[in-house]
Amino acid sequence: MTEQSKAPTGQPADLPILGEPARSGMEPEPGQEGKGVIHLVHLYPREMSIYGDLGNTRTLAARIRRHGYVPVVHQHHPGADFPEQAHLIVGGGGQDSGQVRVERDLDVIADRLRTMAADGVPMLMICGMYQLMGNAFITVEGKRLPGLGILNVTTRGNEKRMIGPVVLRTEFGDVVGYENHSGSTVLGEGQLPFGHVVSGLGNNGEDGTEGARSHNVFGSYLHGPILPANPAFADALIAMAAELATGRPFEPADLDDEIADQARVRQIKRLVS
Amino acid sequence: MVAGKAVRAASRLRGGGSAMPGLVAERVDPGFLAHALRDVPGGIVVVSGTNGKTTTTKMLVALLRAHGRSVFTNPTGSNFTRGVISAMLGEIPLDGRLRADMAVLELDEAHALKFADAVKPTHSLLLNVARDQLDRFAEIDHTARLLATLGEQTTQGVVLNIDDSFIARIRDRIAAGVQVRYFGVDESIADRLPELMEQDVRFDDGFAPPQAGPDDGMLKPADEREFSILFGTDAASAVGPVTLQQRGLAAMINATAATSMARMLLGRDFDPALAATALAAVRPPFGRGEVVDVDGTPLELVLVKNPAGFTVALGTYGSTPEATMIAINDNTADGRDVSWLYDVSFESLRERGVTITSGIRAYDMALRLQYDDVPVQQIEQDLDTALDTFLAAHQGEPKRIFCTYTAMMALRRTLAARYDLPNFGEEAS
Repeated sequence: MTEQSKAPTGQPADLPILGEPARSGMEPEPGQEGKGVIHLVHLYPREMSIYGDLGNTRTLAARIRRHGYVPVVHQHHPGADFPEQAHLIVGGGGQDSGQVRVERDLDVIADRLRTMAADGVPMLMICGMYQLMGNAFITVEGKRLPGLGILNVTTRGNEKRMIGPVVLRTEFGDVVGYENHSGSTVLGEGQLPFGHVVSGLGNNGEDGTEGARSHNVFGSYLHGPILPANPAFADALIAMAAELATGRPFEPADLDDEIADQARVRQIKRLVS
Repeated sequence: MVAGKAVRAASRLRGGGSAMPGLVAERVDPGFLAHALRDVPGGIVVVSGTNGKTTTTKMLVALLRAHGRSVFTNPTGSNFTRGVISAMLGEIPLDGRLRADMAVLELDEAHALKFADAVKPTHSLLLNVARDQLDRFAEIDHTARLLATLGEQTTQGVVLNIDDSFIARIRDRIAAGVQVRYFGVDESIADRLPELMEQDVRFDDGFAPPQAGPDDGMLKPADEREFSILFGTDAASAVGPVTLQQRGLAAMINATAATSMARMLLGRDFDPALAATALAAVRPPFGRGEVVDVDGTPLELVLVKNPAGFTVALGTYGSTPEATMIAINDNTADGRDVSWLYDVSFESLRERGVTITSGIRAYDMALRLQYDDVPVQQIEQDLDTALDTFLAAHQGEPKRIFCTYTAMMALRRTLAARYDLPNFGEEAS
């Protein structure tokens, strides 16, 4: 990690995902597969995971283990080969300079991502990666940057930033998080949102929608990171991935989420009176 | 001017905030700063960057005063232009001209630029760029640009962090004829830089970091507490060995930055022995490793405000595990987004565990610790109740509280009512 950050060129090494064991990126030994092996891919952790978004990956990996499955955590860096197996894909927010660096690679893996999306692979795309999953991003100057078109949304650059705590109503119950984006996103015809805003601004501050869902691809502006305090949503993603990985329905363990529930409920109480 | 002074007196009576009278003076006379600082002959020095401004400013002022210079500074940690004006109102005569050899001002990135619009700094000391209060500055790239602009506006000399590539590359923006020097860490501890520095994702643009020269201060620690600051290979120029009262690598780097700037400002008058003595005498600023004597055992208050700062603090204290409380608020002054807690590793607390988490986001903190497998005994949002529980659970042993800004203010208020504490903003001497 130290040597790599000093290396001027070449393939960057993986970032440490805080709390993850050293073997987190490796296949389990034969006989150690638990209820099944789930391959989890974090896209562009170096460029696109500001605001603690790697915490989502940590949360998924930890919960996959707690449910009795075995995660293999891959980090996909620009220019690298995309992992052969992927049952769950996560991406985060970045700065402008990070976004520019991933665009070329995103072109290369675009078809693979589109196919996986159509096949029902669950994806969680936060903030910058949510925007890149859409049809296009139109800059403040009016320049149109095409996206992957997996989500039928279009984002316009804005002078004003939308910042603050958020409460959503979603199919996974109430969801809390923190938004911080200057892009204003509008859903295309027929596009489902991820949730409806109870407190905060959401996609554009006007139509009450937040994020988007197509197939099992979820886009959202919520940091926090979004998953730790919203375990029902995290487990829904894991359930989809587990079915893909094993061909059987998800077999959850009974987890104690008292602290997460308290964190969420207290935040909702505070923001929604 | 007079209006500002009246407000200052009034707000003192109320026991109120330090930025308010400055706001009035700024409205009354926008040219106030330029006028007040016109007769300061030895330099107007701005210290800016994300982490370590308060400590570095305090050290730089101590170094200059040890060399006999009279220095105006903004001592309250109120590092906005209004805070500077507020501090001045207490010190200037009615003609509005400050009488001091030098001014050393701690300003955050955005306000440093506002200040430079009014008064061009002669010198600037640029420390680092990290994520902090993203609500206000939004992005690291933007923060880096603010500091680069400050560097461009500086008229005589800049000192840059050689190890922070956001900062070091500002050298290309400095006007011709303006002196550029650096501070940094010696190669022997270069492996500890990643824990201190923000990643610069623009790593493929061919930027070659500068090489340290004989006027650039390089930190060389001897052990966890003692260090020297080397200037080239000439042993007579080195400052130290020094042991600071404040612990940790971050404080040592702050001392290196302050010493490099003091040396630039003082030129031939700079005395390494005097500098070492001055650094050793600097007391930790409020909330930066401040120790409260609680019934004969130390209670340490550690301010945490961003991933780099929290990581350094945990690294500093990790080798001596103590009873720990963590208090996280999410008011504006704390940063309203607590996502950053997921960019800090808490594994060093795993073995000893955390006695109690508190503050508005006590449950979010406990949840974060759960994901690092750190045991948490209790969760209590109310700060005073949590403090009582924490103190009672660890009578007679050293204790430590990591807290965000407003949590620290509240805890300190409670502690001050019970124990002997200097008032906020005053020197703890």
